[in-house]
Amino acid sequence: MKHTLSVLLQNKPGALSRVTGLFSGRGFNIESLCVAETLDPKVSSLTLVTRGSDAIIEQITKQLHKLIDVIKVSDISEGEYVEREMVLIRVKAESHTRAEVLRVIDIFRGKVVDVSPTSYAVEITGPESKIKAVIDLFRPIGIKEVVRTGTIAMARAPKK
Amino acid sequence: MSKITGAQAFVKCLQEEGVDTIFGFPGGVIIDLYDELANSSIKNLLVRHEQGAVHAADGYARASGKVGVALLTSGPGATNGVTGIATAYMDSIPVVVFTGQVPRALIGNDAFQEVDIVGITRPCTKHNYLVSNPEDLIPTIREAFYLASSGRPGPVLVDLPKDIIGSLVDFPEREEIRMRTYQPHVEPHPGQIAKACQAIIEAKRPVLYVGGGVILSNSSEELTELAEKTQIPVTMTLMGLGGFPGTNPLSMGMLGMHGSYASNMMVAKSDLLIAVGARFDDRITGRLDKFAPDAKVIHIDIDPTSISKNVVVDIPIVADCKHALTAMNAWFNSQKDVDMTSLAEKYQPWRNQVNEWNDKHPLAYVDEGEIIKPQYVIETINRLTGGDAIISTEVGQNQMWAAQFYKFNKPRHLLSSGGLGTMGFGLPAAIGAQMAFPDATVIDIAGDGSIQMNIQELATAKQYNTPVKVAILNNNYLGMVRQWQELFYDKRYAGTVMEVTPDFVELAKAYGAAGLRAKTKSEVEPVIKEALAIKDRVVVMDFAIKREECVFPMVPAGGATTEMLLV
Repeated sequence: MKHTLSVLLQNKPGALSRVTGLFSGRGFNIESLCVAETLDPKVSSLTLVTRGSDAIIEQITKQLHKLIDVIKVSDISEGEYVEREMVLIRVKAESHTRAEVLRVIDIFRGKVVDVSPTSYAVEITGPESKIKAVIDLFRPIGIKEVVRTGTIAMARAPKK
Repeated sequence: MSKITGAQAFVKCLQEEGVDTIFGFPGGVIIDLYDELANSSIKNLLVRHEQGAVHAADGYARASGKVGVALLTSGPGATNGVTGIATAYMDSIPVVVFTGQVPRALIGNDAFQEVDIVGITRPCTKHNYLVSNPEDLIPTIREAFYLASSGRPGPVLVDLPKDIIGSLVDFPEREEIRMRTYQPHVEPHPGQIAKACQAIIEAKRPVLYVGGGVILSNSSEELTELAEKTQIPVTMTLMGLGGFPGTNPLSMGMLGMHGSYASNMMVAKSDLLIAVGARFDDRITGRLDKFAPDAKVIHIDIDPTSISKNVVVDIPIVADCKHALTAMNAWFNSQKDVDMTSLAEKYQPWRNQVNEWNDKHPLAYVDEGEIIKPQYVIETINRLTGGDAIISTEVGQNQMWAAQFYKFNKPRHLLSSGGLGTMGFGLPAAIGAQMAFPDATVIDIAGDGSIQMNIQELATAKQYNTPVKVAILNNNYLGMVRQWQELFYDKRYAGTVMEVTPDFVELAKAYGAAGLRAKTKSEVEPVIKEALAIKDRVVVMDFAIKREECVFPMVPAGGATTEMLLV
């Protein structure tokens, strides 16, 4: 099963490689990984998507927590959460397909960020399923390049 | 406050931590540290190989309970230490390893003797540091000692760039270390303790399964109290030997691949397994689905990752073993309506069954007249030392015979590489233990294969007059692998025949050590007696044992622990 983990860790050299080393060293796989500084520049926030049985996820969270640089680990996919990913897609846009490409961009609330005589570069954000859908729609038109950020996620605030 | 050099601060920090002995090997980038150490009262042993330095620091830590310290230079010095670090990591031994690093300006430039030792040792240290600012030096050293010795102990590496060692720093007062990210869970949850004790009362066939955590947390007294109070039979892992007296009638010795018949049977048939500071290693469990299939499992461990890693645990207790066992003893003492005598009586049929297994298949070997049996050598060492010696071992058959036939009555008297299984561990570890306890009898039980992995440390033993005794069970084979080949590979002894083995007696003499040899059974006792009488230098005993002797019982790898091959 897919799990999205949110990890707070010390913003120190080597801290990220401890996290990734733990995964490779124990034979766990990382599907996606996003890291950046938080409001506190000494702390980084990391969103990590992985897959495994309950027992494996339990081991992963415990092992992560055992790392000295790790402050907090939460499996946010256990509750309600929002997730976003951004993708940059350079899609073929020649005279006869331009209108269709723009329509798709519009439907997905994307933004054209670069234009050339033969292509558009498009920025789209959304959950992984939306990113997948837009890529699937553009594929027959002709995708020249795709760059994805990987997922970032945040637990929803508790509703009173 | 006047500033001092990084090297001076390093020595001051070691003194602050109460370090009296360190083990190391100098090199270009750490000359300044060695120079400063020479001004101090800290004993600084020059080993002959950096692996030996870390093993010696490890042996010192295992025997004394204090933090062991090793000092290595950068590059090859640091990488040679990695096996020692990984050994300490697998067995959770508190060791701080200092490595020299090239000056900060050269880091990442492929400078002479530069290696990314922090990167290399990341998976085999509890934590590691590259000190990148002079002001971080002292806090980092203090934190390293704190991390190594607290919680689940382990090795910590501190990489010291040469220019940091040479820089000028203030020496701030030592304060209590509080880390935002690291708070070991020492105290047990009272509810879980009550649940565990209740489960003991309800059990019919309980077993105490004791691991190295009991020794690391110095809780063998509390464990013994619990076992005797409840009269529950006890089995130990290799790392747990000595955690409970081996001569106590409740002790069934070791369990697992080369464990006793009674231990493996009682674990398999138990209805309650009380794991104390043990981690359900694959050498213990064998086939997981056949391991204690009917037992409810209580697991006391300070490391939450150990719990339910291999075996699903019913009652987890994340705590220091000493605190948890104290709480369990207190719980039983406080129960007015629980009669301990009748509890012990309730288990009587179970203990009878366990004793019957033990009587049916005790640890045994076949005597063959004047041929030296390795088990006899260990038994004789046990008898002549009164079970009081500190025994280190190498790895392989020698290790298992030592574990089986030496009756460890006290904790910290067996020093053995359990998790990593490091050949070459025993001799340097023995030197480390002897430095911690100069008057103790320290014996390295070795094989002719293992001893050659770090035999150069005989020179270290000689230089510092540590009267370590090395007992080589010499069969001209890599015996344990040969045993597997005999049993499972149709006797194809590929790569296990030691066609060339040095004359260990002559070799000992070449190192300035005493060399003794026994070729027949009747020579064994006089040789050991003579070795024990030598107090001023290292002794090597060469025992020409029966070449084809195997270690039994044996659970074939991946088999169920009840499917033991017996003598």
